[in-house]
Amino acid sequence: MSSPEQTAIRATGLSKQFGQLRAVSDLSLEVPRASIYGFLGPNGSGKSTTIRMLCGLLEPTSGEAHVLGLPVAGNASRLKARIGYMTQKFSLYGDLSVRENLSFIASIYGLAGRRARERINELQRRYDLVEQQTQLAGTMSGGQRQRLALAAAVLHQPELLLLDEPTSAVDPRSRRDFWACLFELAQAGTTILVSTHYMDEAERCHYLAILDRGVKVADGDPEELKRETGMHVVEVLGGLVGELQETLSDASDVFSVTQLGISLRVLLPTRCGEPEARVRALIDPVDRGARVRLVDPSLEDVFVSATRSPSR
Amino acid sequence: MRGGLLRLAAVMVKEVRQLSRDRLTFGMVLGMPLMQMLLFGYAINMDVRDLKTAVANQSGSMLSQRFLSDVRQTQVADIIITTDSPQSLENLLRRGEISVGIHIPSDFDRRLTDPNRPAAHLLIDGTDPTITAVANQLTSLVPDAPSGLTATRHIEVRPYFNPEQRSAVNIVPGLLGTILTMTMMLFTAVAIVRERERGNLELLINTPVSTPELMVGKVVPYILIGLAQVALIVALGQLLFEVPFAGTIGNLYLGAVVFITANLSLGLLISTVARTQFQAMQMTFFVMLPSILLSGFMFPFEGMPAFAQFLGECLPNTHFIRIARGVMLRGADVADLAGELRSLGLIALVALGLAMARFSRRLD
Repeated sequence: MSSPEQTAIRATGLSKQFGQLRAVSDLSLEVPRASIYGFLGPNGSGKSTTIRMLCGLLEPTSGEAHVLGLPVAGNASRLKARIGYMTQKFSLYGDLSVRENLSFIASIYGLAGRRARERINELQRRYDLVEQQTQLAGTMSGGQRQRLALAAAVLHQPELLLLDEPTSAVDPRSRRDFWACLFELAQAGTTILVSTHYMDEAERCHYLAILDRGVKVADGDPEELKRETGMHVVEVLGGLVGELQETLSDASDVFSVTQLGISLRVLLPTRCGEPEARVRALIDPVDRGARVRLVDPSLEDVFVSATRSPSR
Repeated sequence: MRGGLLRLAAVMVKEVRQLSRDRLTFGMVLGMPLMQMLLFGYAINMDVRDLKTAVANQSGSMLSQRFLSDVRQTQVADIIITTDSPQSLENLLRRGEISVGIHIPSDFDRRLTDPNRPAAHLLIDGTDPTITAVANQLTSLVPDAPSGLTATRHIEVRPYFNPEQRSAVNIVPGLLGTILTMTMMLFTAVAIVRERERGNLELLINTPVSTPELMVGKVVPYILIGLAQVALIVALGQLLFEVPFAGTIGNLYLGAVVFITANLSLGLLISTVARTQFQAMQMTFFVMLPSILLSGFMFPFEGMPAFAQFLGECLPNTHFIRIARGVMLRGADVADLAGELRSLGLIALVALGLAMARFSRRLD
């Protein structure tokens, strides 16, 4: 993943300063072609700012980015024809119909006449918009609008698709369908960079970067990240969840405790040799009935261990 | 090049489609001229008639009676009160019950032959300049001296181009420019801000559409709308107020195209400065008010101080009102209007150039 033909995005030391706020600092990343690369991070972690720098909407304060083999600085307009961008907020026209929106975008990208008609028909079929084609975009549901936005973003068959929290306003079912479309596009060779704050979405990415307050705190493929958390995850199933959580949080070698329904997820650094025994020892004085077992780290555990400093 | 035209056409089609669905804006296109014409044409009537008048005739002579009947005939003054002393006239005036008081002294007939003493006194409510101007006309009614002594002939006023001095004739051409200023500038002032507010702009600036394509595409549909408004206003002016049309409609349209473009460009410039639609409207009013007050629409341009005149010259409306009055009332042709057309063209170019330079294709 080092030759320019195989790398869609290469950024080195990318930083963006807004007045006092350092939105992104010293971010480097490499996105291989035809892959789905995820940005996972809470709101305000610099996901949108990074995406905007990558498509030339914002100028980095320092650092540089190469996209599709070209430096973004000075090539923003040339890259526009090769990049598809889906904004966080729905940005097509609410007072135009589905078909009118798509023909507008088609003309903007130089597609006219029969070629435009055929492409629009094809997209309407693929993204299940045939019945809505005369409906005004503003009156559609979140899922439909999002499919329309994706159809508009891929209309000119871009090599790189930048999606800024595409599913934040969409129900789970539509989200699943949406991801099926993304896999289809990646299969066909499109590189996709998608930002999200949903763990289940992050899990589907080929590669993942976790951002926290403008800093990339971890990256790799999801499995690798889970393997290399440096944490043991112990699940505690017991009656006095609240008290157990309090006791465990007070222990200095426990990294974090999260409640999940009636169970607790306890993270302990791997240097702690016998995690189950350690947890057992901690909780026995409170609740002897609680069950304890070692489980595999989930992506959420990765996220927690990467974004929270151990010192607390 | 083909791609550029395609994109330009796409922006124009999009604008027209959006406009056709925006009932409020569409209503403004038709309703604004209609409402303003009726308002300015009927309500803001500068032909002052039937001023409330009181008379204190201390003479009662034949000549004084004749003078008063002349006053009545002008229809400028409506004599509603007859009293006996100048003091009571003053009181009536102070209380606002009358606008004009006529005092005829007891030696009226004798005074008529005496060039050193005024024959009668006209007491006028000076708080309203229009009333003052109109009431002054009454001074010309002082009757001729009875005997061979010829009284001073008053200067006869012969207003050209509007012999009956109907204000609608003056107002309609000015109104044409003022209505177009209001609607046209507002359309484009909110145009780009609205797209920014709705998030459309973030998508647009990420496509190959260029700044000139976007700007020109937004301006052209509104030029057509503006020309339709011109037709509507001119037709209403003829229908309702019988405003004459001395020149050719082609000349008026030539001026209108340049004028509308100048206004739309100014609107675009506002749109690139304002952050919200509300700000854009505020800034529009900032231009609108001088366009009404300093353009010669309401007050004569010649009477303004040099600085106000300079500001007026920077406003498209000033130039267009001259064009419209010239074409509609004097029958002026292109050669007469060349200077005004040049000024309008210059304003349009400067505003459009600034708007394009200011429009950022980035978000920071």
